[in-house]
Amino acid sequence: MTIQEEQDAIVEEFSYFDSWDDKYQFIIDLGKGLPMIDPQYKVDENLIRGCQSRVWLHASVEDGKLWFTADSDALITKGLVSMVVRVLTGHTPKEIVDADIFFIDAIGLRSHLSPTRSNGLLSMLKQIKAYALAYTLKNQTS
Amino acid sequence: MSHTLNIYEPLSIEAIRAEFPILQTTVYGYPLVYLDNAASTQKPSVVLEALDEYYKTINANVHRGVHHLSQLATDAFEEARRKVAAFINAAHDYEIIFTRGTTNGINTISSTFGRAFLKPGDEVLISAMEHHSNIVPWQMACEYYGAKLKVIPMTDRGELELDEYSRLLNSGRVKIVAVTYVSNSLGTVNPVRDMIRQAHAAGIPVLVDAAQAVQHILIDVQDLDADFLVFSSHKIYGPTGIGVLYGKEAWLNKLPPHEGGGEMIKTVSFGKTTYNDLPFKFEAGTPDMSGAIGLKAALDYVDSIGIDRIQLAEEALLTYALDALSTVPGIRFVGEAEHRAGAISFLLGKHHPFDVGELLDKQGIAVRTGHHCCQPVMDRLDIPGTVRASFSVYNTPSDVDRLVAALVKSGRMLG
Repeated sequence: MTIQEEQDAIVEEFSYFDSWDDKYQFIIDLGKGLPMIDPQYKVDENLIRGCQSRVWLHASVEDGKLWFTADSDALITKGLVSMVVRVLTGHTPKEIVDADIFFIDAIGLRSHLSPTRSNGLLSMLKQIKAYALAYTLKNQTS
Repeated sequence: MSHTLNIYEPLSIEAIRAEFPILQTTVYGYPLVYLDNAASTQKPSVVLEALDEYYKTINANVHRGVHHLSQLATDAFEEARRKVAAFINAAHDYEIIFTRGTTNGINTISSTFGRAFLKPGDEVLISAMEHHSNIVPWQMACEYYGAKLKVIPMTDRGELELDEYSRLLNSGRVKIVAVTYVSNSLGTVNPVRDMIRQAHAAGIPVLVDAAQAVQHILIDVQDLDADFLVFSSHKIYGPTGIGVLYGKEAWLNKLPPHEGGGEMIKTVSFGKTTYNDLPFKFEAGTPDMSGAIGLKAALDYVDSIGIDRIQLAEEALLTYALDALSTVPGIRFVGEAEHRAGAISFLLGKHHPFDVGELLDKQGIAVRTGHHCCQPVMDRLDIPGTVRASFSVYNTPSDVDRLVAALVKSGRMLG
């Protein structure tokens, strides 16, 4: 699936929920899912510090594609982070750099992308794009 | 100061609430429950009208123009200064300096006091429960002048260790003490009057950060014998962007000006500038006239109710809230000082404060989550942050009931 299609799928999944509590319960349950990051990568060097919660992000490259794993100490952030990873992992750096991330807005969680909320999600997206950009530049120069 | 009201006459909170337009709003379809007052209070109509009136009728720069409007604006601005002086019982109006807020007031003192008095090896004493605004400016001054920042420790209950304070105070090297009256993250009320008395016995001046006190407790700077005291207008129902630095005349006269330009000069030549008298020496540039006038309206409003009555009503509400919150499954209070005001900090089970705050928000309840700009407090207690409900005169038991119900639901959702 492309980044666009993956986001469309998430938006559709959320369209089944009528109330805010159902949406949040879904995100919380996502957050409670399996560990999302190998403990060896849950270290300070991979930490993205938000004002409210912390996000760990690890990136690796395989077959010219970027693969991400992540975690957060807050459940709601963790649920959102898992969706961001689902959307962006396994794509080429160029696809990631060019990606327009709209699903968080579309499922009614726009505030999570606002700098004032600063819960780490925006910082995480910036970090993912920064990784992708760095790999793109590295490939251009090598 | 207004002491004529019968403090035992109960407040009509519903009548008070009607004065605050924003309290009539809804959030996500729920009537707003605003419990983030330690961050900023809402504004009554009289304050909003004072701001509107200022811009519609007397807006002009102060202290400069000979024209009619400038005179009116100057009169209103200086009237605001007199109001502040009376409100905190300063001995002189010119001991009131208008600042941009608490942080700006502390920075003004840390940098000017530092320049005048701090030398390598000197010590500045603060407490373990300061917010960043009463840590970082002193850290900067200490770094610059080679002084040391010393910290009064606190107990697990969130009270200062006063024996340790006495010991630290008597090192012979402490040049100034800067301490908060009420902790923004724990709600602890510190015994600043006694702390000041002790510091003075050792010949040390004290700055009191009253940012979280002035809206809850009667402040009398002469009774406290504070050398400096700071607060922000927006936490006491006034507009944002303006605050107050009180300083004893003798101390303010010993300090150099903070910023240059505007009202702080007497004469300027390229060779030499002479500085203006108090309070203008510390008010460089065009001051926040509308802010000062809005602050006056806010203090008039507080006086119209009576700070004593506000304090009683808030204490009753805090007691109610502590009882009601203790019924929430898994709740753990953070900071259990005997004397407290304004705020209750807590954690819900093992849940991250952010998750709890997020779910409360979705139920129309505004609280603060995180470290409340008090990272050292959170490090001391080994927690990532807290959920903080902070109260104001317009909060009601039904706000507390809504909070309790919403917390129970949040706890259930988070599992």
